[in-house]
Amino acid sequence: MWEYTDKVKEHFLNPRNVGEIEDADGVGEVGSLACGDALKLTFKVDENERIVDAKFKTFGCASAIASSSALTEMIIGKTVDEAAKITNEQIAEYLGGLPKEKMHCSVMGRDALEKAIAHYRGQPEKKIEGEIVCECFGVTDVQIRRAVNENKLASIEEVTNYIKAGGGCGNCHEKIQAIIDAELGRPAEKKPKPKRLTNIEKIRLVQETLEREIRPQLLQDGGNIELVDVDGDTVLVKLQGSCASCQMSQVTLKDYVEAKLKELVTDSLVVEEVR
Amino acid sequence: MKPIYMDNNATTRVAPEVVEEMLPYFSEFYGNPSSMHTFGGQVAAKVEEAREKLAALLGAGPEEIIFTSCGTESDSTAIWAALRSNPDKRHIITTKVEHPAVKNLAEYLGSQGYRVTFVPVDGQGNLDLDYLYDHLSDDTAIVSVMWANNETGVIFPVEEIAARVTDHGAVFHTDAVQAVGKVPINLGENKVQMLSLSGHKLHAPKGVGALYVRRGTKFAPFLMGGHQERGRRAGTENVASIIGLGKAAELAAAHLEEENKRVKKLRDKLEKELLARIPNAMVNGNPEKRLPNTTSIAFEFVEGEAILLLMNEFNICASSGSACTSGSLEPSHVLRAMGVPFTAAHGSIRFSLSIYNSEEEVDLVIEKLPPIIERLRKLSPFWAEHRKKASCAC
Ligand SMILES: Cc1ncc(COP(=O)(O)O)c(C=O)c1O
Repeated sequence: MWEYTDKVKEHFLNPRNVGEIEDADGVGEVGSLACGDALKLTFKVDENERIVDAKFKTFGCASAIASSSALTEMIIGKTVDEAAKITNEQIAEYLGGLPKEKMHCSVMGRDALEKAIAHYRGQPEKKIEGEIVCECFGVTDVQIRRAVNENKLASIEEVTNYIKAGGGCGNCHEKIQAIIDAELGRPAEKKPKPKRLTNIEKIRLVQETLEREIRPQLLQDGGNIELVDVDGDTVLVKLQGSCASCQMSQVTLKDYVEAKLKELVTDSLVVEEVR
Repeated sequence: MKPIYMDNNATTRVAPEVVEEMLPYFSEFYGNPSSMHTFGGQVAAKVEEAREKLAALLGAGPEEIIFTSCGTESDSTAIWAALRSNPDKRHIITTKVEHPAVKNLAEYLGSQGYRVTFVPVDGQGNLDLDYLYDHLSDDTAIVSVMWANNETGVIFPVEEIAARVTDHGAVFHTDAVQAVGKVPINLGENKVQMLSLSGHKLHAPKGVGALYVRRGTKFAPFLMGGHQERGRRAGTENVASIIGLGKAAELAAAHLEEENKRVKKLRDKLEKELLARIPNAMVNGNPEKRLPNTTSIAFEFVEGEAILLLMNEFNICASSGSACTSGSLEPSHVLRAMGVPFTAAHGSIRFSLSIYNSEEEVDLVIEKLPPIIERLRKLSPFWAEHRKKASCAC
């Protein structure tokens, strides 16, 4: 259900000042289709820097439209200096409040106003760091690189889930992939295939890996592991301590013990539990 | 003003016949079906009658039906049962477009050490079957694929998938919450092992569902306790609702043809006329393989919530594909998985009809919606731009 105030509904159903001023003094555009909301604000001032007319065009939900409509009403009649002091909370207040998940609509209004005033005053746009990669969401290479590094993202899909980049038209997928590859050191040369191990080498490596890598980890969780035998590529082990009674012991065995042995000894190993 | 209700994939009106069937079981026959006395026993007999009616709708045996509290419980029960009774298997296959009842559980299991494969769909919402089959392995415990998608109505070839999956030794479950009562289902003729359904999607009340479990399928209960449902689902039965679900199943069988003829015709008219009257509108999902009652239409350059709210002024009820309430403004995972462009995904509206809809109602929506879209487009900065460029980069 919509928890909008009557004022929000009223502004949504009868928005004021819809349109675009042709020879506007200030123009501010924020948001994008991909983001789900966008606002273009235009205004005109008189010789005393008083805003005499303002118009908006908005793509978005009811509260985005209501916030834009409210914004134009709020700034008409004010000087540019006065208008510059308007906060997003004031826009929300003007409408009798907005649901908290809709506060971004008032932020969008405030951002458009800031941009329009900067445009009017001839101030340069705030410089963005880096180069835009995803046009749909306006995400830069710097942001993508940071997200990939901080969150160890390995696929375009993961990048999209984290910072939206690549979730729109898809034109930037190649660039995103290139960033991922560069950051993760890929396409690093494939690890040279380990040479075939003799049985003796294999057993020694399995023992070493268990002692050095796996056992300490299990001990920390109150468990333990014992190597029973190595039969071809099958490593037979006994789980002890808390591991033996743990519901998730199969997970430990496959996802941890076996994965580690595959990684550090050889890919073909299978771990089985002896009870 | 009576609502023009075209949101039947969200929930349906309880059929008057169903209400009537249920009423005596609140105040007159309020006994516990597990009781020894005749007063309770007669209620148990009525519950069994409901089980038989529901089984008949599905082409199943009554002993294969477990009553639950909702579609979500049925889904959870099925997936956990397959995992618990095959503890050595650690792999789950499902799709990218499941209802959260399956999707969120699968994601949770993925965080608990299970391997989960989410099968993708194409631009029309069709499942990539090769991808599914390629990922089947001896480690696969369960494959869960919905029968029909709740947002687009697209139907998946679950019977074909069931045959392949069970051949491979994995359990096959389908979330048929949106399919039951809308398309014919005959479990006697396929290999589906578990099937979920929910009462409130087929004119029974909310808070009752069922899980079909094929005879011979390994099972472990989700709710443990008393011996109700032959030990497979503990808890005193929601007697009146179960009786209602039985009646609704009987009605669904009788109305299946109407659903696929009259309701489909209404849906087709609604869709055709809206597309004809509104430029830059298109249908989401494979139009050939769809539920007869559902259409998801994308209106470019406008936002779904605003459309819904303006339709609300005329008491027209539908739903949108965007999760605008969440603050993230991300369009639905279903439309995202299909690769529906953002221009269209944000303005997608789902209309889902039922046998209670009339042609007058459809005509009214056809009349009211085009000016609503036009009005919002006049507000939209992208519409004018689009008109200028006649093509969009995004
Ligand atoms: C496909 C699908 N599965 C599951 C559910 C959940 O059913 P319930 O609301 O009965 O838990 C729904 C209902 O929205 C659905 O559409």
